[in-house]
Amino acid sequence: MTNLLASALTPAHQRYLLEARQMQALSFSVHIPLVCFGISLPALVLFQEWRWLRTGDPVYREIARRWTRIMVALFAVGVITGTILSFEMGLLWPNFTGTFGGVFGLGFAIEGFSFFLEAIFIGIYVYGWDRLSPRAHMLSGVPIVITGVTGSLMVIAVNAWMNHPSGFRLRAGKVVDVHQWQALFGNDYLWHELVHMYLAGYMVSGFLLAGAYAFAYLRAYPDPPMRYVRAALAVPLTVAALATIAQGPVGDWAARDVASTQPIKLAALEGLGKTTSGAAEHVLGWYTHGHIEYGIPIPHLLSFLAFHNFDATVKGLDSVAAGERPPVNVVRVAFQTMVGIGTLLGLLALVYLFVRLRRKRLPESVWFYRALVLAGPLAVVALIAGWVTTEVGRQPWVVYHVMRTNEAVTGAGGIPVGYTVLALAYVAVGAGVWWLLRRLAGRPLELEGV
Amino acid sequence: MSSPLLSALPMVFVLTGVVLYAVLAGADLGAGFWQLFSGRGERAERIREHAHHSMAPVWEANHVWLIFVLTVFWTAYPAAFGSIVSTLSVPFFIAGIGIVFRGITYALRAGAANPRESQAIDTVFSISSVITPFALGTIVGAIVTEQVPLGNAAGGELSSWLGATSVLVGVLAIATSAYLAAVYLAADAARLGEADLERAFRVRALWMGALAGALALAGLIVLRSDAHHLYHQLVSGEALPALIVSALAGLATLALVYTRRFEVARFSAALAVAAVVAGWAIGQWPTLLPHLTVREAAAPHDTLVAVVVAVLGGGAIVFPSLGLLFGLALKGHLDEPKAVVAPTPVRADAGGRRQALLGRLAVACLIVGFGLLNVADARWAHAVGVAAWLGFVVSAFFALVPALLPSEPDATEGSQEHMLGQ
Repeated sequence: MTNLLASALTPAHQRYLLEARQMQALSFSVHIPLVCFGISLPALVLFQEWRWLRTGDPVYREIARRWTRIMVALFAVGVITGTILSFEMGLLWPNFTGTFGGVFGLGFAIEGFSFFLEAIFIGIYVYGWDRLSPRAHMLSGVPIVITGVTGSLMVIAVNAWMNHPSGFRLRAGKVVDVHQWQALFGNDYLWHELVHMYLAGYMVSGFLLAGAYAFAYLRAYPDPPMRYVRAALAVPLTVAALATIAQGPVGDWAARDVASTQPIKLAALEGLGKTTSGAAEHVLGWYTHGHIEYGIPIPHLLSFLAFHNFDATVKGLDSVAAGERPPVNVVRVAFQTMVGIGTLLGLLALVYLFVRLRRKRLPESVWFYRALVLAGPLAVVALIAGWVTTEVGRQPWVVYHVMRTNEAVTGAGGIPVGYTVLALAYVAVGAGVWWLLRRLAGRPLELEGV
Repeated sequence: MSSPLLSALPMVFVLTGVVLYAVLAGADLGAGFWQLFSGRGERAERIREHAHHSMAPVWEANHVWLIFVLTVFWTAYPAAFGSIVSTLSVPFFIAGIGIVFRGITYALRAGAANPRESQAIDTVFSISSVITPFALGTIVGAIVTEQVPLGNAAGGELSSWLGATSVLVGVLAIATSAYLAAVYLAADAARLGEADLERAFRVRALWMGALAGALALAGLIVLRSDAHHLYHQLVSGEALPALIVSALAGLATLALVYTRRFEVARFSAALAVAAVVAGWAIGQWPTLLPHLTVREAAAPHDTLVAVVVAVLGGGAIVFPSLGLLFGLALKGHLDEPKAVVAPTPVRADAGGRRQALLGRLAVACLIVGFGLLNVADARWAHAVGVAAWLGFVVSAFFALVPALLPSEPDATEGSQEHMLGQ
């Protein structure tokens, strides 16, 4: 497809396009880890509450209540950082929203309702502790779990549409023949993104939560951990480990979809300069002058991974004009970071599963818990690296092969000012969240006689 | 172009969202206003506590009305949305930053260990609670005075939203929020039986109601020179009934608050605000932006149909849920904790047999998942393969976790000094 663009609003010259993109990236990077908790924490809290209802053991109630406080705090921060993202649809990319709002907007409108239900039932769940009957209270948490899925489904449907647009035609800068449902949900590209992100959500919050209790384990060492710590550690650790195991094969699926739908993105994340048959996979190294320097080549592997055929032809960056290639090293380093961290987390997961299956208990090695403390932050890095891979890999397009990012950007001034203010505000938010989580963790346990 | 009705319906939804945001989230913003002017000492602390606790269960749901307005607007009137937000980027950004600080300070309050800390947090919260409605009000003022031309940041970056009307609507938004908050907080205090708080907010509601009314009148005078067409519609045209309803509802609210019938006053106060928005909409109809009618700005037919279907369908789920939330909150079911009812334990899992079965299921899912998602290439195979992988995670979780969880209090427990973070 060639560039059919003409848009609803006139594209503007924007000196600070890069800053606008960075501001958007910053806003996403702050929001996405919170989304992970939105996706997975309600289910983990409900599991603990369910254990309480089943066993009557107050330790589970205590855990569920403490995680509820974390959930509500992180949800509040997610609400505001998500609001900033919705403002930025017009603040930074008015031409994108102005031209295609009629195509993708429905996804966000439905997401708005999903978000509504989430906010309503979080209000009921959080403030209903000890006020509603245990059964009614637990039931009020179920919609939060469901809306966590539907909300992310909607947002990812829009992202998948940007990467693989369909369901409309452009005529004189206006979209016509809009088939929104097909554009958003009839898109093959949606499903791998959704599952990949969903598992990432469990990995990030699972490892972060488990890491916090791993820290408590190390503090108590060599004394055995309290029952409370064991019960609070086993659940997120197991979820994160299993999600990590499943993430590998899902990542393979995602890569094959990228290979067939966005070959130039694949070429950028592999640093493949020339179209090659039987292409090698390069681990590490640096892309320069059309090839990878200092990388470790594994012959034919890229062709196999992308097309299940050791001799398949993989399109290189040279198949499009220089102006249509994404910044290769940014994408490639991000991709390798994600895969590298994913592999390390996978090893940690295997160690845990091995000990669990063989010895029928939690690992006891100090080193395991030290690694677990690191796993949470690493999972966040991998998460953000993954989004950099797919979003920078989409460049220079905002709507793939339809609208370029520089045609979408605002003509308003002041982007450096806005970027700076937002960055400072988010530093304050980050510091605030850190302070709050430490405060919540330091609250004395309300357990009696255990 | 779509039919007049179909192209207007999403705008009706948007305006309904604006009204609900103004009367619900507006009151939450106003609660912050009263925290700022609570004074000092123990009574001030009680006022701040009351303001915080009243809005705590509902503010997130109320905030979503803003998201609703934005998403429906950009789906149904995309080019107008792009024009408005790009021209008015400064007030939108200010409102955004205000919302960020409101949200974070709301969350932080849960960690405050003493009155000094909570006061510091409340101060940031209330300053941002004043800035946010002001910025949002100036946006309305800019649209009212036709300062936003169609185009990518085509209007004046500062002049568009710093006109007399904009500033006045901004101030009016602060006053209205504070007024609504005072009425609602007085009602909540009456429900909780807090006589002194009820008195405090009753007086505040009366004063702020009078002030908001005076500002609204002043607004009419400014409109006369700034937005002549709208002014005439309001004082002698089709929008006049709305203006009258607003004035009457405002006066009725003052009377109701004076006679301490707060629960009814909640609704009349909200009606007064809603009527102002309705008057604006009727007065400005059918113009959305200069030289652009609502109908011209509307997205293609199919988009509008989809939006209407989505909003009606979503509304059918959201409104009963909102009813449940407000029912629980206003009847006081979320106020005071009751004694913890310990559940009757169901005797724990049948033990190893079930776990072993789940374990086998997990292994089966793993094999099927790998075969269909990672070896096979057909679409249907991928769909089943993904389901199998997710089935693997779930079944393995239930196979592995229960045996790790402590089933009975054990002797190793010791003191509670090793707790997390201490």
